[in-house]
Amino acid sequence: MKTQPLVIAGRTFTSRLFTGTGKFSSSALMEEALLASGSELVTVALKRVDVADADDDILRHLGHPQFHLLPNTSGVRTAKEAVFAAQLAREALETNWLKLEIHPDPKYLLPDPIETLKAAEELVKLDFVVLPYIHADPVLCKRLEEVGVAAVMPLGSPIGSNKGLLTKEFLEIIIGQSKVPVVVDAGIGAPSHAAAALEMGADAVLVNTAIAVAGQPVAMARAFKMAVEAGRLAYEARLAAPVAHEAVASSPLTAFLDM
Amino acid sequence: MSFRPVFEAHPWDDVKASIYAKTAADVARALAAPRRTLEDFKALISPAAAPYLEQMAQASHRLTRNRFGNTMQLYVPLYLSNECQNICTYCGFSLDNKLKRRTLSSVEMLAEAAVLKQWGYDHVLLVTGEANQTVGVDYLEKALKTLRPHFAHLSMEVQPLDQEDYERLIPEGLNTVLVYQETYHQDDYKKHHPKGKKSNFHYRLDTPDRLGRAGIHKMGLGVLIGLEDWRTDCFYTALHLDYLEKTYWQTKYSLSFPRLRPAEGLLQPKVEMSDRELVQLICAYRLLNEEVELSLSTRENPAFRDQVIKLGITSISAGSKTNPGGYAVAPESLEQFEISDERSPAEIAAMLRRQGYEPVWKDWDAALA
Repeated sequence: MKTQPLVIAGRTFTSRLFTGTGKFSSSALMEEALLASGSELVTVALKRVDVADADDDILRHLGHPQFHLLPNTSGVRTAKEAVFAAQLAREALETNWLKLEIHPDPKYLLPDPIETLKAAEELVKLDFVVLPYIHADPVLCKRLEEVGVAAVMPLGSPIGSNKGLLTKEFLEIIIGQSKVPVVVDAGIGAPSHAAAALEMGADAVLVNTAIAVAGQPVAMARAFKMAVEAGRLAYEARLAAPVAHEAVASSPLTAFLDM
Repeated sequence: MSFRPVFEAHPWDDVKASIYAKTAADVARALAAPRRTLEDFKALISPAAAPYLEQMAQASHRLTRNRFGNTMQLYVPLYLSNECQNICTYCGFSLDNKLKRRTLSSVEMLAEAAVLKQWGYDHVLLVTGEANQTVGVDYLEKALKTLRPHFAHLSMEVQPLDQEDYERLIPEGLNTVLVYQETYHQDDYKKHHPKGKKSNFHYRLDTPDRLGRAGIHKMGLGVLIGLEDWRTDCFYTALHLDYLEKTYWQTKYSLSFPRLRPAEGLLQPKVEMSDRELVQLICAYRLLNEEVELSLSTRENPAFRDQVIKLGITSISAGSKTNPGGYAVAPESLEQFEISDERSPAEIAAMLRRQGYEPVWKDWDAALA
């Protein structure tokens, strides 16, 4: 059964599972897992690849037509550094798509909202397709939308934590009011988390650690593929309302209406 | 603002007594805590934690793998000079040691670099002694300028510098600085560093603050294990890290735990740390701090390294030479300390792959600095 495709900046994706390339035990295993995931958008850290080397180990394993590369700016601490890194990435990887991530805090890798907004505004003017990684902050999402980002990528919980959708309340607000696609980006640790994000209306999820560090990354990639498909299908099929379990009161509040 | 008042609020004897007073109940509580405090850390490095080593190792392995993935960073030291005006009782380059002194020229640096590049390295650690006349900031700046075009990541382990010196070197590509306190025991520190600029305990203690204020990307801390009671010394390392993380929150941190090894004509360790105890320390650091990088050098022997990398380590060196020119220019000169693991980087990379780790040679880009 087909679900609606996702369109970001004019590009159509049939898979709503975006993936990362870090933490795998080998580039060959990464390639196999990403193929199994069905992912069509794969983020890669500029700092990990050697763009001068045509035979770079990571890039070599990503040379499949279905993989669109989404370079990220991991490692930069300011808007200025991010803009510089973005231009390098565009030139080296020949794409104007960019996952903008500015986390000056190397401990929890939490994004800097002020620098991110500044950089996003400038990068949009420089014709980048900007997907910013941000906290699940509804107001920031609207501000980013106004400067012209292609999607927003709020976090579910701290990156790499596998804790799931701890920011659920705020994600719901963001999804409810966003005019651009919402990609839940960090903290998704299990296929059930991914399914839950899609069920509540997120347009896509980005998963890395939960696949790369799983006991069997290829099998886990496939599990995520199925979960994301199930979550989206459920969203489109519209969930039945949950049954309320309130006991029937012995002195009903509306009984007077019957008198 | 500096670490000094924090340090002074923790007298050595009190810290030591409190570590040795920790009980099995304290250890169990520390293990069960979702995030550990410095008091928990004391319990985890205490003798009372010895029976919990397997449990600690399991937790450390799991936390490290989740945070850092199935990857291991590789770096290699590049010794630029063995000239030194300090006397350090444990060091092969000590002023009173008779050896041929050598400082590499730019041409020699490039010859050494060519070998390391050929081995696959993109991250080098530049090392010198302390000789401010010949190997001062001008020399270090020249070294960074010479090597920057060839490596993605440049680290430095040299004498402590002033803040403005760091501010001058960072734009030249300096990403990481390692500065080990050696020991936080002030009297013992004086005993082991009787002469030279290094004898100033407090100037060294304040170095991470100067680095933090200069905006360094990453700094490495540690003590030389063997000079003093390792549990107490390593508590101070953890205390220092805790202070630095809160103060210079944009900086990344790494910890090392070099065990004192015999060097030419020098002292033997006052305190011996067993393999079990080193594993305990590594796991305790990880349980305290899930994000800190933990680095293991070639001071440790191959059999031990192969086992311990799984237990919390995130970066290792391989093929190291600890003499200036050791890779190409003057391979026969005297080393700073004896290497235990003499396997080549290719052999280490193969060992890592066998254990399910991807060796990471590049995790920074010169263009990002």
